[in-house]
Amino acid sequence: MDAIITEPLALYIHWPFCVSKCPYCDFNSHVREGVDQAAWRAALLADLAHEAALLPGRTLGSIFFGGGTPSLMPPATVAALIEAAGRHWRFAGDIEITLEANPSSVEAARFADLAAAGVNRVSLGLQSLNDEALHFLGRAHGVEEGLAALATAQRHFGRVSFDLIYALPGQSGEAWEAELERAIGFGTGHLSLYQLTIEPGTRFATLAREGKLTPADPDFAADLFELTRERAAAAGLPAYEISNHARPGEESRHNLTYWRYGDYAGIGPGAHGRRGSRATLRHRKPENWLGAVQGSGHGIAGEDPLDAVTQAREAILMGLRLNEGLDLARVRAAGAGEAIDADAAARLERLGLIRREPARIVVREAGMLLLDRIAAELVGV
Amino acid sequence: MTPLDKIRNFSIIAHIDHGKSTLADRLIQRTGGLSEREMSAQVLDNMDIEKERGITIKAQTVRLDWKGHVLNLMDTPGHVDFAYEVSRSLAACEGALLVVDAAQGVEAQTLANVYQSIEHDHEIVPVINKIDLPAAEPEKVRAEIEEVIGLDASEAVLASAKTGIGIDEILDAVVAKIPPPKGDATAPLKAMLVDSWYDPYLGVVILVRVVDGVLKKGQQIKFMNAGTTHLVDRVGCFRPKIEQLTELSPGEIGFITAQIKEVAQTMVGDTITDARKPAAEALPGFKEVQSVVFCGLFPVDANDFEKLRESISKLRLNDASFTFEMETSAALGFGFRCGFLGLLHLEIIQERLTREYDLDLITTAPSVVYRIVLTHGAGELELHNPADMPDPSRIESIYEPWIEATIYVPDEYLGSILKLCQDRRGIQKNLTYVGGRAQVTYELPLNEVVFDFYDRLKSITRGYASFDYHQTGYREGDLVKMSILVNNEPVDALSMIVHRSAAEARGRHMCERLKDLIPRHLFKIPIQAAIGGKVIARETIAALRKDVTAKCYGGDITRKRKLLEKQKEGKKRMREYGSVQIPQEAFIAALRMGDEG
Repeated sequence: MDAIITEPLALYIHWPFCVSKCPYCDFNSHVREGVDQAAWRAALLADLAHEAALLPGRTLGSIFFGGGTPSLMPPATVAALIEAAGRHWRFAGDIEITLEANPSSVEAARFADLAAAGVNRVSLGLQSLNDEALHFLGRAHGVEEGLAALATAQRHFGRVSFDLIYALPGQSGEAWEAELERAIGFGTGHLSLYQLTIEPGTRFATLAREGKLTPADPDFAADLFELTRERAAAAGLPAYEISNHARPGEESRHNLTYWRYGDYAGIGPGAHGRRGSRATLRHRKPENWLGAVQGSGHGIAGEDPLDAVTQAREAILMGLRLNEGLDLARVRAAGAGEAIDADAAARLERLGLIRREPARIVVREAGMLLLDRIAAELVGV
Repeated sequence: MTPLDKIRNFSIIAHIDHGKSTLADRLIQRTGGLSEREMSAQVLDNMDIEKERGITIKAQTVRLDWKGHVLNLMDTPGHVDFAYEVSRSLAACEGALLVVDAAQGVEAQTLANVYQSIEHDHEIVPVINKIDLPAAEPEKVRAEIEEVIGLDASEAVLASAKTGIGIDEILDAVVAKIPPPKGDATAPLKAMLVDSWYDPYLGVVILVRVVDGVLKKGQQIKFMNAGTTHLVDRVGCFRPKIEQLTELSPGEIGFITAQIKEVAQTMVGDTITDARKPAAEALPGFKEVQSVVFCGLFPVDANDFEKLRESISKLRLNDASFTFEMETSAALGFGFRCGFLGLLHLEIIQERLTREYDLDLITTAPSVVYRIVLTHGAGELELHNPADMPDPSRIESIYEPWIEATIYVPDEYLGSILKLCQDRRGIQKNLTYVGGRAQVTYELPLNEVVFDFYDRLKSITRGYASFDYHQTGYREGDLVKMSILVNNEPVDALSMIVHRSAAEARGRHMCERLKDLIPRHLFKIPIQAAIGGKVIARETIAALRKDVTAKCYGGDITRKRKLLEKQKEGKKRMREYGSVQIPQEAFIAALRMGDEG
């Protein structure tokens, strides 16, 4: 455990508000008429202080403002949170501070202030380079506005990433290929390329159930996935996780902490955290969370002690997503070395889906798209 | 002692839904057996399944008083699977009411029962029921009874059991037309064991018809075929409530109990005699019940095996006509090979296990009993399970059971019926037309009928066909064992014995079905049908290409992990075979040849 405690900690801050709810999104996001900014700022600071007191003496490697739409946060709140985090913990020299932003002109206008507050990396929700697709995805911005925001971001922040969603209903291979080439051409060091998935409880799920939306054929989506990995790698942006591509060294350090199953503090509505062997969960509904912080000084809705097998399973689920593979030391550190079904591992290796190394299990290119199944087999369920 | 000339014993012959149960209830009510208040719909059908399906599984009897006479109404089992039980019930009577629906007319099953009744020298009293229906055509039905069955229907009673029309006339006709029983009270006791069932309070209850002598409480009796002796501790009759009596005299129908714990100790058709003064010879017509159709029953959840064992044992307490022995399947684990009187019997047992004992079951393909003559004079064996089929090199010849089937169907469906029978290797014996309907008789191999013949028959005639059969014996057949291989491993629970000429079509069909039913795996899965080493059909399930969560960050871990843990539950319903997970639905659905032909 000592090795893990000396690792840098990651901090996640959730801002739950959006201007509108996108039909594919199942994240904890809410549309509200007005937000009492002073109260929210105070509450986030209090929730942060509570968590920091339980994780003393750690070095902070990254901060991530997620949502919701954190680019709607007043830059002063962002600044206050970064400043407070710096008081609670020691910042690593190369600390990565990321903020998720909508690529609208209104938000782009705040980029300078956000950069001044300490944000050094943005992740833009561009989602598509096609106006029709943006409309289908329920996005408020158009391609032109989005690209202008991208250019602004590239001026203000050292590191910029953006998201694209592909394998949309009716999208052709040629269309995606052209879109991807164009995206690579903007020269960012990081790209998140997600296939559209229909999540339960979303508007798209309803449409799919009613037969008004037909998701892409999984085999065709698999073709698109292979094409995507090939093209991005050829352009110097190899995948380092299922859906994430980066120039070497430009990987999201914050997200790597999740996937390597390091400790992370999560504050704000619905935020999850892993504090040692405990899983923490904040109240999901913004009002409930705010009330809880105001009443008891923190927004925690529950803390679950995770047993060794559960921790090992989580480490496996996350670690396999990475191209570098699952660090077996992580599984052993949880105290459940037997959590991996050796027979299943041998079988999967024979099928050419994984590679077993002395210290790691690496999912091979052919297995990446089958990860959920592979993970299930490896943990023997 | 009731004088012989005051006794009438009769049964009711009717097609399902032609109103047998309603009529029985009405007769009980009219003669005062139950008050209006006590009448629950269809008193004689006790079991839920009987009520739902409108069939009687166990013989029931009720004693009615009518104008100084004792009338015993015997409700006989209503399905061909129980033909032997029916014959014993009929042997206990001297006559029958033939109930025909005034709108539907005569049906095939009715015919079969009438002929059986006639074989027992019964006096038959035709009753045209449901004359209150707007669609009733009593005169047409009267003519049909005369033409099709050859009975004089000029004095048929017109009735409506539902509204009570004609009930007194029916009772009067029973007294006037059905002959009284014969018997000698001074001769040694001879009583027929008509049926038996288990009652949680009384133990095994035995339904008897006394032929000669007197059956008394406290008597030491002997079952002549079983060879066992018992002490009678109760004698009585049903009205339909239990009435205890001191004795039953010749011609009477009633029940006894004799501290018997298992129905299996009593054999339908056995002769009961006085242990101290036994009769010289038993009553004719006794047969030991033999299973005709076999299948494997396995628990979906392997942990339920003990529960299945207990449940089957309990059911067997009350139904000695099915057999079971433990079976091990490589695919399905531990289960039981069970033998039944027929397909309906199989379904009833399966349904009772599911419903009354709350078990999730996998049923393997029903199989008939084959007789295999081995080479080099190594003798003969009976094959109940395709998995036990000897190597073909050891087989000299195979014999399979055949049936004679009578199908009664509206003209318009005749073509499809003929095709169905032809496809199932049927040999047409007879074809006659009556009114707008055809009656066709076919000889068919039973193994062609146990596959979904009823279902097909029902669907191609939209339920208008009726079907009846009896076994006619064994014939040699060109039969082969078809194995199904999934990922190159034979799945024993899916193997079946088929006629060589049908093997390819059935094999192809099975492979296609399984291709749809088995989910894609991480590798491609060949599915093959084979006879011996020769593959006759093949399909391939392509490897799964995509099963991944696109987005997974911090918060998602808990949810992802829980999803993973939930998969464990789903896997319980799968059987792993040659590293392929086969859902239990696949075993059931693959065997249903529904969309064939």
